[in-house]
Amino acid sequence: MTTHRVSGFIAPRRRLQLAGLLSAPILWLGLVYIVALAALLVTAFWTVDTLTGQVQVEWTTANVVEVLTGALYRTVTLRTLGIALLVTLIDVMVAVPVAFFMAKIASPRLRHVLVIAVLAPLWASYLVKVYSWRALLSADGIIHWIATPFGGDTPGYGIPAVVMTLSYLWLPFVIMPIYAGFDRVPDRLLEASADLGAKGARTLIAVVLPMIWPAIIAGSIFAFSLSLGDYLATGIVGGTTQLLGNLVYTNVGAANNLPLAAAISLIPIAIILLYLAAVRRTGALRSL
Amino acid sequence: MKSPSRTALRAGLAAAAALSLAACGTSGSDSGSAAAESLGDTEGSVSILAWPGYVEDGSNDPAYDWVSGFEDATGCMVTSKPYGTSDEAYQLMQNGGYDVVAASGDLTLRLIAGDLVSPVNTDLLDNYAGIFDFLKNKEWNSVDGVSYGVPHGYGANLLMYNTDEVTPAPTSWDVVFDKSSDYAGGVTAYDSPIYIADAAVYLMAHQPDLGITNPYALDQDQFDAAVALLKEQRTNVGEYWSDYLKEIQAFETGDSVVGTTWQVIQNSVSTGNTAVVLPEEGATGWSDTWMIASDSKSPNCAYAWLDYIADPEVNATATAYFGEAPSSAAACDFRDDCEAYHAGDEEYAAQIWYWTTPISECVDGRTDVECIDYSEWTKAWQEIKG
Repeated sequence: MTTHRVSGFIAPRRRLQLAGLLSAPILWLGLVYIVALAALLVTAFWTVDTLTGQVQVEWTTANVVEVLTGALYRTVTLRTLGIALLVTLIDVMVAVPVAFFMAKIASPRLRHVLVIAVLAPLWASYLVKVYSWRALLSADGIIHWIATPFGGDTPGYGIPAVVMTLSYLWLPFVIMPIYAGFDRVPDRLLEASADLGAKGARTLIAVVLPMIWPAIIAGSIFAFSLSLGDYLATGIVGGTTQLLGNLVYTNVGAANNLPLAAAISLIPIAIILLYLAAVRRTGALRSL
Repeated sequence: MKSPSRTALRAGLAAAAALSLAACGTSGSDSGSAAAESLGDTEGSVSILAWPGYVEDGSNDPAYDWVSGFEDATGCMVTSKPYGTSDEAYQLMQNGGYDVVAASGDLTLRLIAGDLVSPVNTDLLDNYAGIFDFLKNKEWNSVDGVSYGVPHGYGANLLMYNTDEVTPAPTSWDVVFDKSSDYAGGVTAYDSPIYIADAAVYLMAHQPDLGITNPYALDQDQFDAAVALLKEQRTNVGEYWSDYLKEIQAFETGDSVVGTTWQVIQNSVSTGNTAVVLPEEGATGWSDTWMIASDSKSPNCAYAWLDYIADPEVNATATAYFGEAPSSAAACDFRDDCEAYHAGDEEYAAQIWYWTTPISECVDGRTDVECIDYSEWTKAWQEIKG
């Protein structure tokens, strides 16, 4: 009887149904994601016992002050930021023509093949791909073998290797949204532009670019934020290079200094928030 | 190898006898938890925390299984957890739940200071007498003469070089320090704060006026000198390694031509153009110790494991699988590669500075200065890498 009464009460009330349906996943998201993240960030204001490595709830701003004033963190932040921007730039420059070809020039059959080809690397493990780059870039690797006859050489392990590897890794994440963006540009607009006498470049800048700009921004957020947090690729092909992710990793893994690691992780969070704020100002987020 | 190991065995027996007398004298030691006086019935299970490859039950490689034999003999069912770094092991020990831990020297003192492990009454272990004397009651496995565990195996951080590129064959660490610019981009180094001790070992020989007597007990001046040396070295380093497979590959491809290594890496390089040497300055190294948790629920099974793993045949199998010298003198009867690892070679072992946790109370016994502790080493290491 009671179950009947409950269902009788709920049946006509659609908002209550919706609330019942959504509250569990939202609670889950709130607890697991937001609260856990907040707990992590609060740790930045705690201290650690140097001998035992235990985190102690003693409030201090020392960690944050050290991260903001230390020369090491400034250098590494600038290096990380530079690499992330460069990777984003390279990916966008490669992705735009590829996506344009896929959406506008290729036959439907070829388009399917290309979509699969772009997405195929995502099926392979991240580590496999990075270790492949390690083999490619090595002193007796393929890049060395190809470049030597032309007087070049492999860049070896270091910042150029990190930029190349990260650009490769995040390229599918940049191509796909831009491809979708191009796909939404109707062909008749291009034809209309041509009919009105605009050359290819002018059509691209005045008609296509404003329409795919949100897609480029979406792709750049992927490439930028993923580069900002990466530490594994740097460890494998970066030679002696350290990025912010590596500093967080050593402070958690080797130094057992969780508060300092949490303080360092505030830097990429702040950079991403600034980036998103800048993107918001361009209005690109609204039309996503 | 036969005769030195027998001498060592005899020396070991003598030392064990002396030690048991000493242990009787210090049974009332002031440490937090006391060693067991006698053993009772085994509890039926034991939980072990160890480096990968230390507790093998045949699930990784059917040919390597020394856990089943222990379970059959004692009735103690083994559950084990491998860990990746000493710091991870420290955190796991703090959370508790483990009876036995295999700890390197950069972990042991922290465990003892945190009262997470208890002293071990080595009289209760039949196989302890067979352990090399020069590994017993050292600063990384004992406090004030009270033993905190059984040595497992040891090895040195050697100098490896590419025989085509590095000529003449080096005899000194100077090829990775003062002369590292000759191999700019091809130098490699171990990626851990503990590597600062390698620079200190070099300075000990080349800048005697710094007065370093133990590379793990550095005051501010000595520490600054070591850090400066490593910052200079960094400009010529191609990459730092912590994953030993990464170093094997780097030497095979020629990306790295000179740097620190482990014997097992040299054994694994397939191109045949590398060699290792223990340089004249000496080297850092590791010596691992089996310890018993102070809150162990199964102390009798824990003692049984410590005794079992020190058995010559088991010790030989386990250390051969990992690639290090055994701690048991008779283990070489069961291994054919002892020579490569210089097992039982006391002169060789004397040149090794085993990893020890740097703490502010100088481990070399100085009391007039404060030494730099491990958290400062970690910060400095990040700054060296820049």
